[in-house]
Parts: sequence; C-alpha cells; structure tokens
Amino acid sequence: MTAWTPSAQRLLTGSGPTRKEHEAIHGPLSMPPRTQLLDAVEAAGLVGRGGAGFPTARKMRTVAAGKNPVVLGNACEGEPASSKDVTLLTRHPHLVLDGLSVAAAAVGARELHLAVHAGSPALPALRAALAERSEPVTLHELPVRYTASEESALVAFVNTGTAKPLFTPPRPFEQGIGKRPTLVNNAETLAQLALIARRGPAWFREVGDREEPGTQLLTVDGTVVEVPTGSALKDVADLRDKQAVLVGGYFGTWLSAAQAREVALTHRDLRAAGGALGAGIVLTLPTGSCGVVETARVAAYLANENAGQCGPCFNGLPAIANAVRSLAVGPWDDATMTDLDRWLGVVPGRGACRHPDGAVRFVLSGLAVFADDVAGHRAGRPCAGAQAAPVLPVPSGAAA
Amino acid sequence: MNPIDCAAHGLCAELLPEWVSLDEWGYPAVDDQPLPAQLVKDAKRAAAACPTLALKLLHD
Ligand SMILES: Cc1cc2nc3c(=O)[nH]c(=O)nc-3n(C[C@H](O)[C@H](O)[C@H](O)COP(=O)(O)O)c2cc1C
Ligand code: SF4
Repeated sequence: MTAWTPSAQRLLTGSGPTRKEHEAIHGPLSMPPRTQLLDAVEAAGLVGRGGAGFPTARKMRTVAAGKNPVVLGNACEGEPASSKDVTLLTRHPHLVLDGLSVAAAAVGARELHLAVHAGSPALPALRAALAERSEPVTLHELPVRYTASEESALVAFVNTGTAKPLFTPPRPFEQGIGKRPTLVNNAETLAQLALIARRGPAWFREVGDREEPGTQLLTVDGTVVEVPTGSALKDVADLRDKQAVLVGGYFGTWLSAAQAREVALTHRDLRAAGGALGAGIVLTLPTGSCGVVETARVAAYLANENAGQCGPCFNGLPAIANAVRSLAVGPWDDATMTDLDRWLGVVPGRGACRHPDGAVRFVLSGLAVFADDVAGHRAGRPCAGAQAAPVLPVPSGAAA
Repeated sequence: MNPIDCAAHGLCAELLPEWVSLDEWGYPAVDDQPLPAQLVKDAKRAAAACPTLALKLLHD
C-alpha cells in the first residue's frame, strides 16, 4: 500500500472500553460551566460528523434557548459502508457518553437518549460502560432501516415507537422528544465534544482544516482511520488500479479517479466538486468492476429502504432503480433513458425527508462518471466487469 | 404540502391547475413560490377540498 495515512490519533488513541482505561488515556472530565462550554464549542469550530457538517454550536444555542431541552445521541450508523461509530463505541464508549453529558450540560438538558441499531455489535461495550456511570441515559434500539436513523425518525421512535421520518418543520431542535427542543448529534460529534470540554478550542484547532477543524473518522474500504480534516483523498486511500471513488456513502457521489486524486476531504471541497463528504465514507472501485452495475445495486437497495410514506419517493425510487438496472444489464430500450432523466428531475425535493434527494444525487453522479460504460452497454457491449464480485456493500436481505 | 399525508387524490390539481401539476403517479408537484393574489381564492378551495388535508397555505 503506497497510501500514506496522515496520523492524528485523538479519538482512537489506545483502547479504553472500561472507565478506568478511558480515564487513564484522557483524564477525568470536570464539566465546565454552561456558557463557557457553548463558547468553547463555537470557538473550536466543530461541525457535525453525522453527514451534513452542520456547525454544532449553532444547533446547541438554538436548543439551549428553548424550554426544558433534551439531547439524543445518534449512534445508529445507517450507512452500510460505514463502521466508524461502531468502532468508536466498541473501543471508547465512555468518550461518546462523556460527550452526551457535555452536550446535555451545554444546552441545559436533564434528559439523555442514545440511539443504536438493534443488534449492533457495540451494544455489549455500551451497556457495560453505561453500568459504570450514573447519568440517566435511555438506550433505544432502532430497526435496521436506512431512513430509521434520520433525526426526525429517531424522535418519532422515542415518541411513538415508529421510526419513520416526520414532515418537518418543526425540526427536532424546535420540537422533538415530548415536543421539547431536542439536540441530535452523531456519536463521533459527541466524542469530539468530550475532547473539547477537556482540552479547549485552541488545542482542538491545532490540526485539520481552518474552517472545519480537528480530526475526522473515515471508513476507507471498510477500514476505520482517524485523519486531520482536509487530508487529501489520495493520501488516505490506495488509488492504484482504481477507476472511480465513491465518497460520502450512498447519499454521496462518485468521483472519477482523476477527480479523486485532486480532492481534499472537507465538506467545502467536496461540495465544490459536486459531491458530499457525508459521514466520511470512501469506497474505491477497481478497474475490473462495472460502475453501472454497482450503482444499480445500491439504487435498488435505496429504493427498497424508502419509508413508504411519500408518493414521489415510493414510486420514483423503484422506477429509477429499475431503469438503472436495465442500463447495467439490459434489456435496453431508448425510452429507458428518457424516463430515467425525467424521474431524476421530478423526484428530488418532494419527500418529507432527504432520502429521495440523496438517492437521486448518487445515481446522477454514477451516470456522469460511468457515462462511457452506459454508452457501451447501450451499443451492445456489456462490460466484463458486470460479472465481477460486488464492491459496494448492501446489507443481506436487501434487494439484489 | 405534506407528502406523507398526501394520498394522490388529485383534487388540488383540478382546483388549482395554474399552480399544481401531477406527476405520472398522480402526486402533486407544488410550486412553493408565493401565490399571486388572484390565485389565493382557488388555493383556499384546493386546500379545503384535500381529503387528507395535506395541502396548507402558509401566510407569508
Ligand atoms: C435517511 C437519513 C439517514 C441518516 N442516518 C444517520 C445515521 O445513521 N447516523 C447519524 O449520525 N446521522 C444520520 N443522519 C443525519 C441525521 O438526520 C442528523 O442530521 C445527524 O445525526 C446530526 O448529527 P451531527 O450534527 O452531529 O452531524 C441521517 C439522515 C438521513 C436523511
Ligand atoms: S421521502 Fe421517502 S424515505 Fe423520506 S419519509 Fe418520505 S417515503 Fe419515507
């Protein structure tokens, strides 16, 4: 492997599943006063690690201004190709739980919730860690569905037992659990908060990008690494013999190998390249594989994962997935491309949540990056890669 | 327009065709720009006619 991984071990320093090990690594947490905490998070410039890169302090201030707020940690990690949160929770559960307490202290919440996928491999470590602590954290086990970990779906699960996205506004930070303002943060965001509360904003900004500072966890072809934000993609992934790279998971975008060699891993840089950093997922596609086939398989998975609530989503995504499938493996007819173009235009922006928008973005980037392959298939030249082993993981039991 | 409550009855497109079009599955695409004044009356009728009350007018 020629890839050089810029080392910046903060969250993943050592292994500390017990409280004693945890405190030996990071020291005990003495909670700063509330206003000092909010100022520190703002000065640190922390942006959320759950996908959208939203400034954490801004969300906190809104929630803190409301009445009787609640905090909810999102440790579901619904992206099939991501394993950063489960790694963090298994190796350093106390860091995430410290962070949940820091978030609660910052907004003045006395009710703490943590959501994980049912059957998560992190559950034993998490339960053991909770047993060593006194905070009243309610643990929720969510059904394993892609849209179940969207924040309004989590809130709906706690309120009603059904994890389906809600029509917003009101957003959870306005009206969430028990109609109270609810701060939802990703597990890694919480762990970063635990370090900021201990070491302050100046330390936090010592590494990483100026506008999106600190370190970030990435899942690169299934391996979790911690790198400074703004690291070059070519330094964290092995791009030899690769034709394309998917960045940002299944709401992300394909980049050609040439684009991938140029891009830095910040939300800003990926947006400028027409993509999204998402939750830090990087998947490389070997030259022998077929990008259209890979895109079709994930499109089918995403279509199958819709929450069945909004017409444009539960009609549009399966139609799109079927069309992409015929671009990949036939049967080809000229109407397919016309239909697909139209559907990709009418579906985005019309669901209650952003699931259809993310799925459409993913498919559009595949059609752009693999345009030559689509043209080849259309001209009757199925590519050899169609028979290659699948690269992008979709959970078993999902549509093939 | 609440896409969860919408059940594709399509009355809104009948009563407010200038502002609402239906996609091929019968679900409305609504322009969320401010309504011109002369359409407000039709829009109120469309909202009231929706069997699932999925369509609502927002006051600026
Ligand atoms: C369909 C869908 C699925 C999502 N799944 C997750 C998830 O598994 N974990 C997560 O942290 N955020 C997920 N999000 C984002 C959350 O809604 C929310 O923005 C995030 O937890 C906020 O955390 P942050 O501000 O710390 O990034 C998902 C969003 C969507 C639209
Ligand atoms: S847009 Fe799709 S996934 Fe989101 S709530 Fe509606 S049906 Fe469910």
